[in-house]
Amino acid sequence: MADYTTSELMVSRAASELKNGDVVFVGIGVPSLAVNLAYRMHAPGICMIYESGAVGCVPRRLPISIGDPCLVTGSLAVVPMLDVFNLYLQRGLIDVGFLGGAQVDRFGNINSTVIGDYRKPKVRLPGSGGACEIAALAKRVVITIANSKRTLPERVDFVTSPGYLRGGREREGLGLEGGPELVITDMGVYRFDGTTREMVLVSVHPGFTRAKIKENTGWDVKVADDLTETPPPTPEEIRIIREELDPQGIFLRSKAS
Amino acid sequence: MAKLMTMQDAIARFVRDGDLVVMEGFTHLIPFAAGHEIIRQRKRDLTLARLTPDLIYDQLIFAGCVRKLIFSWAGNPGVGPLHAFRRAVEQGKPRPLDIEEYTHFGMVLRFMAGASNLPFLPTRNYPGTDLTAANPLFRKVRSPYGEEDLWCVPALNPDVTIVHAQRADADGNTQVWGLYGVQKEAAFASRRVIVSVEEVVDPSVIRSDPNRTLIPGIIVSAVVHEPFGAHPSFVQGAYDRDNDFYVKWDAVSRDEASFQTYLDEWVHGLPDRAAYVRKMGARTGELLADRQMCAPVNYGF
Repeated sequence: MADYTTSELMVSRAASELKNGDVVFVGIGVPSLAVNLAYRMHAPGICMIYESGAVGCVPRRLPISIGDPCLVTGSLAVVPMLDVFNLYLQRGLIDVGFLGGAQVDRFGNINSTVIGDYRKPKVRLPGSGGACEIAALAKRVVITIANSKRTLPERVDFVTSPGYLRGGREREGLGLEGGPELVITDMGVYRFDGTTREMVLVSVHPGFTRAKIKENTGWDVKVADDLTETPPPTPEEIRIIREELDPQGIFLRSKAS
Repeated sequence: MAKLMTMQDAIARFVRDGDLVVMEGFTHLIPFAAGHEIIRQRKRDLTLARLTPDLIYDQLIFAGCVRKLIFSWAGNPGVGPLHAFRRAVEQGKPRPLDIEEYTHFGMVLRFMAGASNLPFLPTRNYPGTDLTAANPLFRKVRSPYGEEDLWCVPALNPDVTIVHAQRADADGNTQVWGLYGVQKEAAFASRRVIVSVEEVVDPSVIRSDPNRTLIPGIIVSAVVHEPFGAHPSFVQGAYDRDNDFYVKWDAVSRDEASFQTYLDEWVHGLPDRAAYVRKMGARTGELLADRQMCAPVNYGF
C-alpha cells in the first residue's frame, strides 16, 4: 500500500493544476496546501491572494483562517476588501479560484447556503462568503469536495455560486466568463464537457473504480473515453506537505484513508 | 467635547436598543470588548450587520440582544458552524432571528454605497445565483451607458459602527496596519463611530505617519483605551489570534448550558475588559506578537 493519504493526493492533484505566474485566490484547507505546494515545487512565480486583503503572501506557517496574521507578514501588499473584490477580482486579475461547498451538482453549481428550503432549512450552512463572486468572476475555478450521493446531487438545493447553471450556454448567456474547470474529489477527478458543460469523470484515484464512483454520485455520471488513473503524489510532494506545510496534521492527518 | 471614555460609557451613550449596529474587523481586530459590554448592558432588538458574524455575534445572538442579522458568511472559520446562529435560524432559539443575506462583495459594496452617500452600487456579480431570489433587496438595473444589466445592492448606513485598532489619538484619528477588512467603509457609512484601541497616542505620533490613518477623528464619537480588546481575535504586531480559543469554542457553544456558563463567567461576571485580561493570566503572554519592524519612510519635502 502506497504511503500517502487521499487528502495528500487531492492536494498534489490540485497543485498540478496551477501554472507558474498564476494569480490565485486561496481558501483554507486543501486549497491553501495545494497552492503552497505548487509554490514550492513548479510555480515559484505564483501570486497568492486571500480575500482578507493580503496579496503576494509568503506564509511562514500554515494559515488557520483566511485572515491569519502570517499572511500579512512579508506580503507584497495589504489592501481593503473593497479593493480585493473590485480591483483584483471584478477587474479580471484572478486566474484561479478554489472553492468547496456542501453540494456540487452535474453542472458545477455549488451550494454552501442551505440544505432544504431557504426559509425553513434542514441545515443552515455558513453562506457564500466570497464564493459566489469567485465563481462568477475568476477565470478558472477548481472545486474540491467529497464524492457521495449527498455531496454530488444531480441538482443542488440552492445555487450559492454559479457553475454552468443548467448547462450548455446558459452561463455565457448571462454574461459570465470562465467557470469551473476541474472537480477533485476523494475518489476521482472530473472536467466539464465543452458543449453540454456537464461533469465528466476523467481520472480515478488509485484504489477506486469507475463502478464505485458511479455508486457514489447522484446522477449517471459520464465517463471519459480516455479515463486514466490519477497520478499519486511524489515522495518529494509528500515530504513537503508533511514536514513544511502541515507538520501538525491540522488539515490532513485526520482524513487519512 | 472629550471623546476619550470608558467602554461602559461609550456603549451606554452611543448604542441604543433597536439600533443597527456594526462591529467590523475581518478576522483581524474584531471588537470583542465592545460586544461583551453590549451583552452586559443587555441591549435589545439590535439589528447586527457584519460580513462574518464570528463568535462575537454568536454570543450576542445567544444573549438575546439580536432581532436581525445582516451577513455574508456565518461560521467559526476553519472550525465549524456558529451554534447560536444555527439554533436561532433552525429552531427560533432563544428568539427567532430575521436574516438578510449577501456575499462578502455585496456587503463591502453596501458599506461603500453608504459611505459615499449613494443609494446603491452595481456589480458584475450575481447572475445565476439563487441569492438574488432569496433576498429581494438585490435589484437589477440596465446600464445607462450600454446594453448591460447589472445587479445592485442597497446602501447600508448603520446607526453605530464599532471598530478596534492598534492606535488612535484622543480625537479618534485612528491608525491601522495589517488586514483592513471593511472598517473604513463601515465607519464612513455610520452615523456614530466608536473606536477602541490598544494604545492612545499623542497626536504627534499620528502626524508622523499620516498615510497609516484609516479613520479620521472627524467621524469618531468615542475613543476607548482597551488593551487586548480584540481577544480572541488578533491585533497585528500586538498579539496573535487565539486559535485554541476558536477551536474549543465549538464544544462550549454546541451546548446551551456551557454557552451560558461562559457568558456568566467571562462577560456578566466581569466588570470590564481589564478584568478579562487579568483573568486570562499567563495566556496573554503566550499570544504576544514577534517584532517585525518596517523600513522607515521619509515624509519630508
